[in-house]
Amino acid sequence: MSARRALAIWAVLGVLALLVLAASLALGSVPVAPARVLAALFPTQHATGAPADLAGEIVRTLRLPRALAGFCCGALLALAGALLQVLLRNPLAEPYVLGVSGGAATFALFAMMAGCAAWLVDASACAGAFASILLVLGLARGELWRGEPQDASPRLLLTGAVIAAGWGAVITLLLTVAPEGRLRGMLFWLTGDLNGGTVPWSALAALLLALAAMMPAAPQLNVLLRGDAAARALGVPVTRLRLRIYLVASLATAAAVTTGGTIGFIGLVVPHMLRLLLGNDQRMLLPAAALAGGAAVMGADLVARTVIAPAQLPVGVITALAGVPVFLWMLLHRRR
Amino acid sequence: MSEHATSTGMLSAQRITLRAGARTLLADFTHTFYPGEIWCIAGPNGAGKTTLLATLAGLRRPAAGQVEIDGVPVADWPPVRLAQRRALLPQTAHDAFSASVLDVVLLNRFPHLSGWGWERSEDRIAAHEALAQLGLAEFAARDVLSLSGGERQRVALAATLCQQAPLMLLDEPLTHLDLHHQIGCLEALAAWSCEADRSLLRTLLFSCHDLNLARRFATHALLLDGAGGAYAGPVRDVLTPARASRAFGYPLTLIRDGDDEALVPALRANSRDASRQSPPGDGTSPNSSNSSF
Repeated sequence: MSARRALAIWAVLGVLALLVLAASLALGSVPVAPARVLAALFPTQHATGAPADLAGEIVRTLRLPRALAGFCCGALLALAGALLQVLLRNPLAEPYVLGVSGGAATFALFAMMAGCAAWLVDASACAGAFASILLVLGLARGELWRGEPQDASPRLLLTGAVIAAGWGAVITLLLTVAPEGRLRGMLFWLTGDLNGGTVPWSALAALLLALAAMMPAAPQLNVLLRGDAAARALGVPVTRLRLRIYLVASLATAAAVTTGGTIGFIGLVVPHMLRLLLGNDQRMLLPAAALAGGAAVMGADLVARTVIAPAQLPVGVITALAGVPVFLWMLLHRRR
Repeated sequence: MSEHATSTGMLSAQRITLRAGARTLLADFTHTFYPGEIWCIAGPNGAGKTTLLATLAGLRRPAAGQVEIDGVPVADWPPVRLAQRRALLPQTAHDAFSASVLDVVLLNRFPHLSGWGWERSEDRIAAHEALAQLGLAEFAARDVLSLSGGERQRVALAATLCQQAPLMLLDEPLTHLDLHHQIGCLEALAAWSCEADRSLLRTLLFSCHDLNLARRFATHALLLDGAGGAYAGPVRDVLTPARASRAFGYPLTLIRDGDDEALVPALRANSRDASRQSPPGDGTSPNSSNSSF
C-alpha cells in the first residue's frame, strides 16, 4: 500500500458517495431533475424570482438533511467497526458489540415510551450511550488503562458483550410493556431510522473529529493487529492507544446512534468488504470505510424511501437485506 | 538511518531479579552482552526464558535491578528510539485478518517511519532483503493466513531482521522449523550478527531448546535453572553434560564423532552414574519435567 494508491481509492469512493448523494437528492416520490437539484442547492440569481419552488423546498429541507444524516451515520458506524475490529483483534467485532448502542437504545426507548419530543429522545440516546461507555470504562479499566501484561482483548470483548446483553434484556422488557400506539415508532428507532429533519451538524463534526483523532495513529493500528507484545516491542504505546481507540469508536457509535438509531450491519460488513477488496492497511482503510459506509447508508435509505413510496421502510432492513448476500458472496469467492 | 546502523547494541543486565508469583526465577543476575556475540538462552520449561527476554527488551520491569541498552536504562529510552535499537521476536504472532507476507514484514519498519507513516522505498528494500535472507523471496505476495506454522515463523523472523536493530532478542525462533530451516535460519542470523569483514557487529540473544544447535551456532550460552541460578559464559563451558543434566533434571552425555559432538540423553545404565556426579537432591530442579528415574 502506498500513499498514491490510498489517494486513488479515496477519490473513487468519494466520487461514488457524491453520485449516491446526487441520486438521493433527485429521486423519491417527487422526482427532481438534476438541474433543479443544483438550482435548489446553490440558489443564485433565479432564486429571488421563484417564491413557491416546491421541488427546491423538498430537496433543501427534506432530502438533503436526510441524505447527510445517512452519510454521517454510515461513515461513523463503518469507522467505529473498523476501529473495534482492530482493538479487539476480532473479525466479528462491530460498533454495537461493546454495548454503546444498547445503552443508547434503552434510554431512547424510555423517552419514547414516556412520549417525549424527538429532541429529547435524541438527548436520551446520547446520555445512554455515554452511560454505557463509562460503565465499560469502569469495569474494564485493567484492560483499557493499566495495560496488563497478558493479552487483554478477550476480556474487554466479554465485558462489553455481557453489558450489551444486559441492555438487550432491558430493551425487550421495554418493548413488552410499551403501549401499543408507541410500539411502531420504537421498532423503527431500533432498526434505524433517518427521519430526522435538520442537517446533522453534530454528527458531521463527530465524523471529522473521529477521523482527525485516529488518522495520525493509523500506522500504530497496523502494528497493534500483530498483538500487544509485538506492538510494544516496536515502540507503540499500547495502553494509551487502546484507550484512544475505544473512546473514538464509542463516541462515533454514540453520534451515529443518536442521529439515526441502531442501523445494523454497516459497521460489521463495510470494513470487511473493503479489506477483502483492498487489503487491511488501516491508513487507507479508515477514511475508505467512512466514505463507503456513508455511501452505503445513503443508498440504502434511498431504496428504503422509494421502493414502496410513499410509505417508507426502516433503513436498517435494507442494509441487512442487501448486505447479507453481497457479503457472503464476497467472503466465499475470495481467492487465497 | 546510518546513525542506528553504527550504534553498538550493547546490553547490560545489572543485578536483576525476576519473579513469577512467589517463585524466584532469576536472582541478582549481572552480565553484559557485547556486539558480535550470539547467546543461546537455555533452560527447562518455566525457567523464565521468555520473562528474561521481555525484561531485557524493556517490556517488563524486573523485581529488582535494571537493564541498560547502550549505557542508558531501558526505562529512559523513548519507545520508538528503543525500537530502533533493539528488536524482539515474541513467541506468538496474531493473525486475525489476512495480509500479504510483505505487508507483515513491513510492519517492523514502524520505528523508522516518519510523517504520515507511509513506507519509503528504502523500507521496501529492507523488507525484500530480509525475506531473501531467509529464503522467502517468493513468498512476498502470499497471504499469511495460508502459511504453515514453520513458514509463518520464518516470516516473523524476517520481520524482526528487517527492523535493523543492532540488538536482537528472539524468543524460540526455531520451534516450528524443520532441521534444514533451523540451520538455514541460524546461518542467516550468524551472518547478520557479524558482517563478513567484521566491520559491523550486532548482538543476538535467542532462547532455544536444542542444545546441540546452540553448541554449534551460539558463541555463548546462558543456562537458567529456574530456581534463581544462571550460568553465563562461552557456549562449550556452559552447556556441558554436568550442568545441562542438572538444569534439565535428566542425565545427558556428550558423544563425539571426529569433530562432531552431540549432547544426548544417557541410557538408563549410565544414568545412575551421571546422576551421581551431582550431589543428591540437586539432580532434579523444582521445575523438572521428568522425575521418573
